[in-house]
Amino acid sequence: MFKNKTARQNAITYGIILAAMAVMLPMQMGGHLSSSLSGLLVPFCYYAILAVSLNLTVGILGELSLGHAGFMCVGAFTSAFFTKFTADIIANSYVRFFLGLLIGIAFSALIGFLIGIPVLRLKGDYLAIVTLAFGEIIKNLVNVLYIGKDSRGVHFSMKDSISLHLEPEGTVIVAGPQGITGIDRTSSFLIGGILLLAAVFIVLRLIQSRDGRAIMSIRDNRIAAESIGINVTKYKLLAFTVSAALAGMGGVLYAHNLATLTATSKNFGFNMSVMILVYVVLGGIGNIRGSVIAPVVLNLLLDYVLRKLQMLGSNPVLQFMSDNRMLIYAIVLIVIMIMTWSPKMIARREALFNRGRKEE
Amino acid sequence: MSFLNYLIGGISLGSVYAIIALGYTMVYGIAKMLNFAHGDVIMIGAFTVFIATTQAGIHPLAAILLAMVICTVMGILIERIAYRPLRGAASPLAVLITAIGVSYLLQNLALLWFGSNAKSFKSVVTIPPLRLAGGALIISGETIVTIIACIVIMIGLTTFINKTKPGQAMLAVSEDQGAARLMGINVNGIIALTFAIGSALAAIAGVLLCSSYPSLDPYTGSMPGIKAFVAAVFGGIGSIPGAMIGGILLGVIEIFGRAYISAQMADAIVFAVLIVVLLVRPTGLLGKKIQEKV
Repeated sequence: MFKNKTARQNAITYGIILAAMAVMLPMQMGGHLSSSLSGLLVPFCYYAILAVSLNLTVGILGELSLGHAGFMCVGAFTSAFFTKFTADIIANSYVRFFLGLLIGIAFSALIGFLIGIPVLRLKGDYLAIVTLAFGEIIKNLVNVLYIGKDSRGVHFSMKDSISLHLEPEGTVIVAGPQGITGIDRTSSFLIGGILLLAAVFIVLRLIQSRDGRAIMSIRDNRIAAESIGINVTKYKLLAFTVSAALAGMGGVLYAHNLATLTATSKNFGFNMSVMILVYVVLGGIGNIRGSVIAPVVLNLLLDYVLRKLQMLGSNPVLQFMSDNRMLIYAIVLIVIMIMTWSPKMIARREALFNRGRKEE
Repeated sequence: MSFLNYLIGGISLGSVYAIIALGYTMVYGIAKMLNFAHGDVIMIGAFTVFIATTQAGIHPLAAILLAMVICTVMGILIERIAYRPLRGAASPLAVLITAIGVSYLLQNLALLWFGSNAKSFKSVVTIPPLRLAGGALIISGETIVTIIACIVIMIGLTTFINKTKPGQAMLAVSEDQGAARLMGINVNGIIALTFAIGSALAAIAGVLLCSSYPSLDPYTGSMPGIKAFVAAVFGGIGSIPGAMIGGILLGVIEIFGRAYISAQMADAIVFAVLIVVLLVRPTGLLGKKIQEKV
């Protein structure tokens, strides 16, 4: 049916998302889902989008970005600002969302590009720390930013909402640590699913193109890639910018799933970046399909199934697991890394595999 | 006078960063890895002293010794269980990601054991503050102890590395692991020793940090840990005097930034310093230039 193996693999990935949408959408529309599961559907989408976008940096470009939540933050705030700013100009909330989506993606791509220029001169541990630093700077900046509008135009301040000097009928849109309130909750599972499909499509198309092969050659051996004439800076920037743009897309979806958007260390800080990293590692570094599945499986297990089991009967182990989710994430991260990357473990696995083959 | 007060506050904070940065820089120089969990070892050290002095009623000095022992054991265990299996892994990201996992594990274990409420840490320093210039300039006892501890550690560590056999072995391992192994040096043992020393220093840093800034919770160590890494990069990673200079400069920059620019943006200023340093002089102030070979 398909020309080659890659096309078949891609079709399976798209098929999984489409099948999930085909099953869940009618159930949600018909009201057959419990509110807790229904509320998890949009988070599944943005977590998957974020994991796919981080996997582009970690798995394909081969660099660890710890500031991914920062790009998500940029996308979330620019788009939410736009949709609230134009609330009385554009009547249709879906049109506003779509324009906000474009703006959020464009801004996070721009920020990713600007940050990428200096950052991509570094590599490995340094790059990880600097992206972590940028993520924190973005979060700090958003927390001191005040923007308001009145009949005279838009006002900015880095101090407080009073120093915006708004006219009495003016409104404060971004209020520093209080963030943006009264956002349209436009995000739905349908939109989330479509965006996830788009993200997977973009990343798979990129990986399987000439550009993608160039990016992977830089990951595998930078000097060899340079020696055959691959422009290292250009391709690194390309991958990093696309990754930032997709993280921004996840942020747009995130912002419009909430009524109030604030930048705390919980949602846009280092914690979020690490959580996305856990999804990427669990799904498999460099494996896009894994990044789509891992957040869903992990959240379903730790959120939904656990809660259901607890309803059946109180159990200290279950209680512990639901109370200490980050502890479980940490252990998952360490165990998977050692299992999959340790030279000894790889040798042991190969020995086992080869012995099995000989016996056949 | 407020300028001088800020300067002294900066040097005091910077001395803590310097002690933490020593742990980073030694591990980085010898094991060639960023030990992300170093900041959380600081937190464990501070919690040990807190529990030992408040609940067990142990004398503060004995409590600090206990914290050093616990942190040392912990450092060696972390290295043995989480990092050693990944030595020689195909991707350099593997050990970095594992280190982040260890950092998270420690934070969440602390959360489980000690709860998320911030504890108020009682200072272990009993020296009265020094009043200069008719009381306008006050140097707290904590500041004096921190600065002295920093100088003593720096001298001790330099002597250890230059004059003793294990110290020389550390230098050899940091230069060339393969050649060091051929010379009969137990490379794994030396790396474990490095983790042990770094973690013992982290315990001291934790106590000093919490004596000056008395709020203690499971996340206390992570931000100073990251900033101390910035300090280590600033001074030149792998260089002991560099970690010292970088730490103190960073502490002064942070306190001045907090005082004169913006309190909320102080962290951002510190990170901006890192970015500028890495762009202008990637090897740091005292770092050696490493040529990449094919």
